[in-house]
Amino acid sequence: MGGAREALAEVSEGPDVVTGETAPAAVPARWPVPGWNVLPIVEGLVLLIALVLPFVLQDYLTVFATRVVILALFALSFDLVWGYAGIMSFGQALFFGAAGYGVALLARDLNVTSIFLILPAGTLIGLTAALLLGGFLLLGRYPSSVIFVSLGTLTGSYAADRLARGWYYLGGQNGIPSIPPLSLGSIDISEGPVYYYMALGILVVVYLLCRFLVRSQFGLALAGLRENEQRIAFFGYKAQHLKAIVFAIGGTIAGLAGSLYAFHEGFVWPNMLGVVFSTQVVLYVLFGGSGTLIGAVIGTVIIEGVSFWLSDNYRDVWPIILGVLLLLVIMFRPLGLISFVLGERERVGTFGKAPKERR
Amino acid sequence: MPLLEASGVSKVFGKLTALDGAALTVGENEFHGLIGPNGSGKSTLMKCVAGAEVPTTGKVSFINTDITAFTPTERARAGMSLKFQITSVLPTLTLYDNILLALQAQCSLIDLVFSRTRRALHEQVMTMLTQFRLADRAHDAAATLSHGQQQWLEIAMALAGKPRLLLLDEPTGGMSLEERRVTGELLQPIKQHCSLVIVEHDLDFIRDICDRLTVLDQGKVLASGTVAEIQSNKSVQEIYLRRA
Repeated sequence: MGGAREALAEVSEGPDVVTGETAPAAVPARWPVPGWNVLPIVEGLVLLIALVLPFVLQDYLTVFATRVVILALFALSFDLVWGYAGIMSFGQALFFGAAGYGVALLARDLNVTSIFLILPAGTLIGLTAALLLGGFLLLGRYPSSVIFVSLGTLTGSYAADRLARGWYYLGGQNGIPSIPPLSLGSIDISEGPVYYYMALGILVVVYLLCRFLVRSQFGLALAGLRENEQRIAFFGYKAQHLKAIVFAIGGTIAGLAGSLYAFHEGFVWPNMLGVVFSTQVVLYVLFGGSGTLIGAVIGTVIIEGVSFWLSDNYRDVWPIILGVLLLLVIMFRPLGLISFVLGERERVGTFGKAPKERR
Repeated sequence: MPLLEASGVSKVFGKLTALDGAALTVGENEFHGLIGPNGSGKSTLMKCVAGAEVPTTGKVSFINTDITAFTPTERARAGMSLKFQITSVLPTLTLYDNILLALQAQCSLIDLVFSRTRRALHEQVMTMLTQFRLADRAHDAAATLSHGQQQWLEIAMALAGKPRLLLLDEPTGGMSLEERRVTGELLQPIKQHCSLVIVEHDLDFIRDICDRLTVLDQGKVLASGTVAEIQSNKSVQEIYLRRA
């Protein structure tokens, strides 16, 4: 059972899990936790801001905001996989980029731009890639180690990046430029408020689906999985199957985000598949707060917003400033920015049927 | 045919032979104590039975099936349950959710995603919490429980899947005398539907609740029989006297 304890220790060191020794007493003591639920308020506020944004922003900033919304969708996929199921996927961009390249090829070689074909195709590419990689990495007879999974996903993403760079058909280093705009019947959906609201609508729908999933009994099984995988195997859970399923869902969402991103930017390039995007999405989620869906969204918005502002104002040193900022948050708030307002109890949530006599 | 039959079980860790041809037989509705000095291989034998360790040689049969190569999940689904030595309740979840997590382990995926069994399992969750005297704490995080209460919660979770055999690794470790007495009371009623293998240092506790005992020493079975037989066994007395 040494394995159990090691596994527990490994997981406990992760930023999303606080073990009994520190969490339940420490968090409420340091940060006053109000008696009402904070999460719906934060979610409502974020949605409200997102809805009015195009009215207050200049056009070029709406385009930037659209990119952030799509990246937030990508961040959700990683949050589900890492923050909820505890699978360290260091190669989430593989699914994002594979879908991006896939739909770019559909547009370039087959002139397919209809939204009703492109988005399902991208989603399917993400799902297929995640099923293949997840099946290989996660579906052993015995649970695979965190190192194996993180290196396996990292390698997958890196290999795809190299492949794209070296393959002439995929455009090599330059990627695939000038993808035509997404179309809905005879109308083109080009960048601007329309694309923004479409991406936001998709983000909201996917967010609600994820929220439903993580608050269900399946979500409870995921909580068990990330806290103590071996323990729940002894209850009779097929832990590896659970992981592969969540990994596939994550890949699906990443694929959807990747296809939206490709058509929004109008081109795809090898970084979209590789370590750069894979790392970026890890940072979004850790920064905002893993294991809370809204944390992933907030993390994306803040990191992207701050880098945008810094790169404008501190042209030379902005990556260093951003790096220090990230380091500070991850060191002092391992549960992310969201933990300033969100208590441990609400973050983990309850799953049972609330009895009437509940206090 | 006994419920559990382990025979010729050996486990070698590098140069250390933890188990050397040990055997364990447990009948239906039998409380079986596994005792022996520190390092005699009790916990290792327990882990080999539960699937946390794979025996180097030997065979484990459970309800007439050879389960030697079964994973923990497969063993759990066959009706075997384990309470770990170190409490491993999920500290951030409420007591209620800890029990629900254990109860819903064999629900189908669709049932879980659409929370279809949430309502049906409510009664069972509350019954288990009441049975283990934890009902008034149902909505507190498990981390807020005392050590003894965490052990009870853990036993309740291990029993949730209605196992035919429950393996308890040191259930009273770190408990007060009063808590030990209550633990004994809590375990009695499960005898109607479940057998028990219990590894424990507290010999009084073992004597009170077990029907049969197996004594291990240096990885081998020294003696096995009813409590009275073991108590009058010379070589058992010797190893315990030698250490005392």
